[in-house]
Amino acid sequence: MTSTGAAPDADVGDARRPRHWTSALKWKGAAFTAPFFAGFVLLFIIPLGYAVWQAFFREQTSGLGLSGTTTEFVWFDNFAKAFEDATFWAAITRVLVFAFIVVPVMLAISLAMALLLDMAKRRAVRFFRLGFLVPYMVPGIVAALMWIYIYSPRSGPLTPVFADLGLGVNFFASEMLWVSIGNLIIWNTIGFNMLIIYAALLSVPRELFDAARVDGASEWRIAWSIKIPHVRAPLALVGMLSIIGLVQIFNEPLLFRQISPETVTKDFTPILFIYNQAFDANNYHYAAAVSVLLALVIGIVSFVYYKLANRPTT
Amino acid sequence: MTAPSRTADDSTAHETARRAAPPSRPRRRRRPRAAEDMPVGHGQSRTGQLFVLAGLGLFFVYSVAPVWWLIVSATKDQRDLYASPGLEGLWFGDFNLVENLKLVLTYDDGVFVRWTLNTVFYSGVGALVSTVIALAAGYGISKFRFRGRSIALGFVVATFLVPGMLLAFPLYLLFSKMGLVDTVWAVLIPSFVNAFSVYLAKVYCDSSVPDELLDAARVDGAGELRLFFQIVVRIMTSGAATIFLLAFVGAWNSFFLPLMMLRGSDKWTLALGLYAWAGKRVESGTDLTSLVIMGSLLSTIPLAIFMIAMARFWRSGVTLGSLK
Repeated sequence: MTSTGAAPDADVGDARRPRHWTSALKWKGAAFTAPFFAGFVLLFIIPLGYAVWQAFFREQTSGLGLSGTTTEFVWFDNFAKAFEDATFWAAITRVLVFAFIVVPVMLAISLAMALLLDMAKRRAVRFFRLGFLVPYMVPGIVAALMWIYIYSPRSGPLTPVFADLGLGVNFFASEMLWVSIGNLIIWNTIGFNMLIIYAALLSVPRELFDAARVDGASEWRIAWSIKIPHVRAPLALVGMLSIIGLVQIFNEPLLFRQISPETVTKDFTPILFIYNQAFDANNYHYAAAVSVLLALVIGIVSFVYYKLANRPTT
Repeated sequence: MTAPSRTADDSTAHETARRAAPPSRPRRRRRPRAAEDMPVGHGQSRTGQLFVLAGLGLFFVYSVAPVWWLIVSATKDQRDLYASPGLEGLWFGDFNLVENLKLVLTYDDGVFVRWTLNTVFYSGVGALVSTVIALAAGYGISKFRFRGRSIALGFVVATFLVPGMLLAFPLYLLFSKMGLVDTVWAVLIPSFVNAFSVYLAKVYCDSSVPDELLDAARVDGAGELRLFFQIVVRIMTSGAATIFLLAFVGAWNSFFLPLMMLRGSDKWTLALGLYAWAGKRVESGTDLTSLVIMGSLLSTIPLAIFMIAMARFWRSGVTLGSLK
C-alpha cells in the first residue's frame, strides 16, 4: 500500500497466464474491455477535455446586447479570474476545514463502533451490526430531509428537548450550520465505514490476542496496541475517500438552503458555487474553469493526505 | 503488505468468521470452557462486558432513533406532527398511516408512483448494463494479456479518485451539445460505466476463474463469447451479484446528475421529487411536510429490503472494496 496502488497491482494477475498466447486471443481479450473503455472515453476523457477547452472561452455581449452574444477565446482569463475570486476560495477553505474536522470524528466513531463490536459476544454482534447499518440503508437525500425535519423547531424533537435543558439551540443559525450538517453526514456514513473497519479487524490473527493476554495485557491495551495498528490502512483509505467526498459536498447544503437561504449562501461550497455559476448566472465557461481548478485542488489534497497517511511509522 | 494478499486474507478471514458461528451451536451453555468457542473479548471482566454493551447501545440508539422518528412521523397527519413537540415526537399520535399513504400516492395524479417506477427503471437497467460491462472488462483485464493492459488498469484505479461531482458539469456540457439533456439517456448512460465495478470484477475473476478451465474449454472448441457467457459469468455469479447490488444502491441514491440533467417532472427520480416537494414550502407556500416524510419512508423501504435480502453479497463487496 505504500507505493502507488496502480502499477504493482497491474502485474499481479500475470503469474498464471494461459500457455498458448496467440495474437488472436490478445485481440479478443482486449475486445472484452472495449465497451467499458468506449464508455470511459465518452464519459470521462471527452467531458474533461471539453471542459478544459470551454474554460478558455468567454461569452461576450456585444454593444448593447441587442446583437446577441459572441464567444471569444480568452486564454487563461477564466483561470486568472478564478484565482482571484475570493468567494470561490472562501468556499474551498470552508469545505476543507469542515472535512478535516468531520473526517477524524467520523473515523473515531466508526473505529469505536467496530472495536466494541469486536469485543462483544457473538450473539450481540448480529443485532448491533444490523442496527449500525440502518443509516447506510437510508438514501442520502432522505437522510438530509429527515434530519432537517428533526432539527426543525416546528416538527422536530431536538429543539424543544434542548430548550427544556436550558439550551436555546437553532440548528440553522450560521454558527451551528456546520455542526448540523456534520452530524447528519456522520450519521449517514458511520455504518458503512464501521463495516469496512470491522472486516479488517476480523482479519487480525487471533493468536496475537491470546499471546497478549498471556502476557497480562488488558482488552483495552490489546485494542490500542494490536487492533488499531492493524486497521491503519483501511482507516487511511476511508479517510481519504471521505475527504474527497466532503470537498464536493452539495446535496446537504442545497437542502439546508431551502430552509435557511440567509445562512447557506449560494456560494457556500465549491460545487454549489459551480452549480450556481452554471445554471443561475449562465456562466458556463467560468464554471468550467472553476471545475478544472477544483479538480486540481482535490488532486493535490488527496495526494498530500495519501503521502501523510501512508508514512512509514516504525 | 501488498494489496492482493490482503484481499485474500480478509475475505477468507471473513468467511471463517461467519462459518465459525453455525446456527446449530448449542445456545444455552452457561459457562463455556473451550476458549476457541468464545468471542475475542472472553477474557474480559463482567464490568468490561457491560461497558461494551453500554457503548454499543449508545451507538445503536444514535443510528436507529432518527429512522424511528421517521416511521412514527409517517403515521401522523400534518397537524398532529406539528402538535407533538419534543419527545412526544418519538411516539405515535393519531394513527393516520393509511391516509398519508393515500395522500402520497394520489397527490398530483400519482406522480410519486411515476417517480418510483422511474427510479426502479434507472437503477435496475443502469446496474444491469454496468454489471455486464464490468464483468466483461474485468474478465478481459484479468485473463488476457494485451498491449496497454496495465495502463488500462491504472486508468481504472485512478478513476476512483476523480471527483464524480466535478465530472457531472462537463458531462452536462457535452450532453447538451449532443441533445441528450432532459432525456432518459442523460441519466442512464453515465450509470453504465463504473470503474469500481470493473475493479471488483477483475479481483473476483482473478480469484475464482481458473485458467485451466478456460484452456480446457478452448481446446474443446468453445468460442470466446460462449466461454464468457456460459462459463465465466456462471462462476462469477456471487461476485456479479455484489457488483449489481452496489451499482443499484449507488444509482438509487444519485441526486446531482439527475438534478442537472432532468427538467420535466415525469422523468424525475424519487430523490428529485422529494427535493421538489420539500422546496414547495418556500417557493409557493404549500407545506407538503407530511407527504415528504411519508415519501421518504416509502423510498427507503424497497432499498432496505433489497439490501437486507442481499446482505451476504454486499458484505463481501465491502470487504474487497476496503482493500482497493
